[in-house]
Amino acid sequence: MAERILSGSEVVLQALADQGVEVVFGYPGGAVLPLYDEIFKQNRIRHVLVRHEQAAVHAAEGYARSTGKVGVVLVTSGPGATNAVTGLTDALMDSIPVICLTGQVPTHLIGNDAFQEADTTGITRPCTKHNYLVKNPDRLARTMHEAFHVASSGRPGPVVIDLPKDILVGKAPYLEPSQVQHRTYNPVVKGERSQIEEALEMLASAKKPILYCGGGVINSGLQACKLLTEFTRMTGAPITLTLMGLGAFPASDKQYLGMVGMHGTYESNMSMHDCDVMIAIGARFDDRVTGNLDFFAPHSQKIQIDIDQSSINKNVPVDIGIVGDVGHVLEDMIKIWKAKQYKIDANALDSWWKEIEGWRGKHCLSYKQPKDVIKPQHVIRRVHELTRDRKTYITTDVGQHQMWAAQHFGFEHPYEWMTSGGLGTMGYGMPAALGVQVAHPDATVVCFTGDASIMMNIQECATMTQYRLPIKTVILNNRYMGMVRQWQQLLHGSRYSESYSETLPDFVKLSEAFGFTGMTCNNPADLDDAIKKMLEIDGPVILDVAVDDKENCYPMIPSGKPHNEMLLGQETDGNEAIDSDEGMVLV
Amino acid sequence: MPPTELLRSETVKETEISKHTISVLVDNESGVLARVIGLFSGRGYNIESLTVAEVDADAHQSRITVVTSGTPMVIEQIKAQLSRLVPVHKVSDLTLAGPSVERELALVKVIATGEKRVESLRIADIFKARAVDATNNSFVYEIIGSPEKIDAFIKLMAPLGLSEISRTGVAAISRGTLTM
Ligand SMILES: Cc1ncc(C[n+]2csc(CCOP(=O)(O)OP(=O)(O)O)c2C)c(N)n1
Ligand SMILES: [Mg+2]
Repeated sequence: MAERILSGSEVVLQALADQGVEVVFGYPGGAVLPLYDEIFKQNRIRHVLVRHEQAAVHAAEGYARSTGKVGVVLVTSGPGATNAVTGLTDALMDSIPVICLTGQVPTHLIGNDAFQEADTTGITRPCTKHNYLVKNPDRLARTMHEAFHVASSGRPGPVVIDLPKDILVGKAPYLEPSQVQHRTYNPVVKGERSQIEEALEMLASAKKPILYCGGGVINSGLQACKLLTEFTRMTGAPITLTLMGLGAFPASDKQYLGMVGMHGTYESNMSMHDCDVMIAIGARFDDRVTGNLDFFAPHSQKIQIDIDQSSINKNVPVDIGIVGDVGHVLEDMIKIWKAKQYKIDANALDSWWKEIEGWRGKHCLSYKQPKDVIKPQHVIRRVHELTRDRKTYITTDVGQHQMWAAQHFGFEHPYEWMTSGGLGTMGYGMPAALGVQVAHPDATVVCFTGDASIMMNIQECATMTQYRLPIKTVILNNRYMGMVRQWQQLLHGSRYSESYSETLPDFVKLSEAFGFTGMTCNNPADLDDAIKKMLEIDGPVILDVAVDDKENCYPMIPSGKPHNEMLLGQETDGNEAIDSDEGMVLV
Repeated sequence: MPPTELLRSETVKETEISKHTISVLVDNESGVLARVIGLFSGRGYNIESLTVAEVDADAHQSRITVVTSGTPMVIEQIKAQLSRLVPVHKVSDLTLAGPSVERELALVKVIATGEKRVESLRIADIFKARAVDATNNSFVYEIIGSPEKIDAFIKLMAPLGLSEISRTGVAAISRGTLTM
C-alpha cells in the first residue's frame, strides 16, 4: 500500500477519526494552533471548548466513564499541559481511559526554556499510564494508535502525547490502526483455568461468602456487569460495591448490601468483617474500603480477580489471585459453576443471611426530615425519586454531598455514576457532567456539588451556556466544607479552622450572569416542586439548596478503625469525638 | 511471566526483608530509565544498585539490573509494577530464578606513600585487583567481583589512603542454560 503523506496535524486528526473519536475537549494556544486550524477545516470531529484545561480532562473522564469509550483532550504547551495535571492524576487513580494531546515547543527549542515550554513528559510521567514525546514524524501515526491501545486495554488510564509544533506543521506518513502492532503492551485477559476452579471450589465451600466488587467491573464493560449479576444470583451470596463500582449490580436487588468502606453501610462492612470467603472482583482493597488492615476481614480466605497484576497482593495478601479481565473470568466462572453444579450450603447461607438481616435492621442510612430544615440526604433521595422515569446520569464533587449521593441514590445500571474516587478532586463534578451531557444529549444529567467544590471549576458555567448543555447542578449548600468540618468536629475538638464558606456568591445571580436559570430552596415543603421545576427547564440550572449545616455523614469508620467499629451517628447524635492519635495522622 | 509465578500467596505472608536482584528487559527509548527510577522513588521502594546498558542494538533493547530489598509482598509488588510499564518486555527475579552470577567493577583511588602504599599493593594482589594507573604517590585499582568482595576490598583500603571510589553497580545473569 502506498504511504499517504499528510501534515502532522492531518495525521493526528485522521488517527482520531480512525479511532472512532467523535468529540475532543480542549483549549487552544500557540503550540497547538496547527491542530486547531485542522479542526476548523473539518467536521468529523467536534471540539468542545472548556474554560480551563483541568475541566477538559474531567469532561473527557465523564465522557469516557458514561460511554465506555476513550475520552480525548487537547491542550497547549506549558500552562495548558500543567493545568491538565490534576485531571490526568484523577484519571490515573480511577483507571479512566483518556488521551491527552499536549502542544510542545518545536523540537529544536526543547530544553532551551522557550516560551511556554514545560517538560510535559517529565511532569506527567508519574500521573499517566504512559506518555510519549513525538520527535520523529515517522512515529506520529504509530504513536497515536498505540496510545489508544494503551489507554483502553488492560487497566485503562490516561496517556499523554506531547506534540512539538514542527511535527504538527511538517509532513508525516499516515498508517491505519490495523497497520500498528504493539510490541510489548499486551495485557492478559483470560484468567488461568486451574485458579478459577480453585476459587470456585473455595467459594462453594463457604459458609459466609461475600462478593466485593469495584470499578474494574465497570471498566470491563456492560457485559461484565451483566455477568456479575448473573453470577451473584447463581451463588445466592451477598454482594457489596465500592464507591467506584456503584451501578455494576442493581442497588434494588435484595442480595445487594450497599456500599462498602468508610461511609458504606453497616450491613456491608459487618459482612466484610465477618465473612469466611471474600471474592474481590475488580476492586483494589483501597484504604477507604479496608479500614485498619490489621483487623480487615480477619477470618476470611480471599480471592482476587484483577486485570492488573500489581493490584493483587498490594495491600492485602490473598489466597488466590487471578490475573485477567473481569468479564472473561466471570464468563468462565459461570460456565464452570454450572458444569460442576456447585452450590453453597443452603443452611449455612440461610443463617448468614439471617445475621445480615440483623445488621440491615439497624437502618444505618435512616434520617429524620424535620419541618424546618432540609436534610441533605433528603435532597438526594428526592432527586432519585423524581428522576426514576428518566435516563439519568449523576456526577458529584467531593465531600459529604458525594458520600450522601453514593449512599442514597440507588444506582441500577453501570455508566450512570461519575465521581472522583481515588484522588477525591473537588472541581470534578461540573466538568464531568459536561462530558456526560455531550455524550448523552437527551439524558438527564445531575451534578451534586457542595458550596465549596462548585467554586473550583465554576468557570465551566460558560461552557454549559455556550453548548446549551442542560445540566442540573444541585448544590447541597451547608455553608461549610462539610467533610472538613466533620473531621474537625470528630478529631480536632470542634475547632473549625478555615472550613466555613465565608463569602458565597449569590448562585441565582451568578447563574443569570452566565445566561441560565438559578434557583434556591430552603423550605422542606418546597423541595419537590423545586426539583420538578428544575428538571422541566430546558437548559442548564443551578439549584442552590440550603441544607442542615450541622449534618454529619454517617455511618463512618473513623481512620484507623476496623470495620466492626463503625460510628452510626444515630446513637451518637454527631457529638462523639474520636479519641485516637492513630486516626489523627491518617487521611 | 506467567501470573502463577507471582501470585501464590503462601510465599507472601512473611515480613522478613530480603535482598533481590531483578533484571528488566526494556525498549531502549528516551525516558525509560526515568520511568523505572520514578517508580522506585514514587512508591518508596529502595534501590541498592542500578545498572543499565543496551544489550541488543538491533532490537533497541536495554537491560536494567536493580538490586533492591523488601518483604516478599513488596518484592512481588516491585516486579508487578515493573511488568506493567509499557516499554518493559520482561522482568526476572534472579534471586528466585536459581543460582546466578553477580559482578561489579570498581575503580578505587589510593593516595599514599611508603609502607601504606606497599601494603595497598599487597592487598590488591590478594584480591586480584589491578593497578590501572600509578603515580609516585597514588594508585587507581580496578577490581571486579561480587559487591561483597568489593566492599571488603574498600574496607581494607580505608586506612591506607583510600580517597575516591567509582563503582558500576551490579550486572547479573543466571547460571546454566536458563535465560530471560
Ligand atoms: C482540590 C481539593 N482540595 C481540597 C480537598 C479537601 N476536601 C475534601 S472535602 C472538602 C470540603 C468540600 O466542601 P463542599 O464542596 O462544600 O462539600 P460538603 O462536604 O460540604 O458536602 C475539602 C476541602 C479536596 N478533596 N480537593
Ligand atoms: Mg459544603
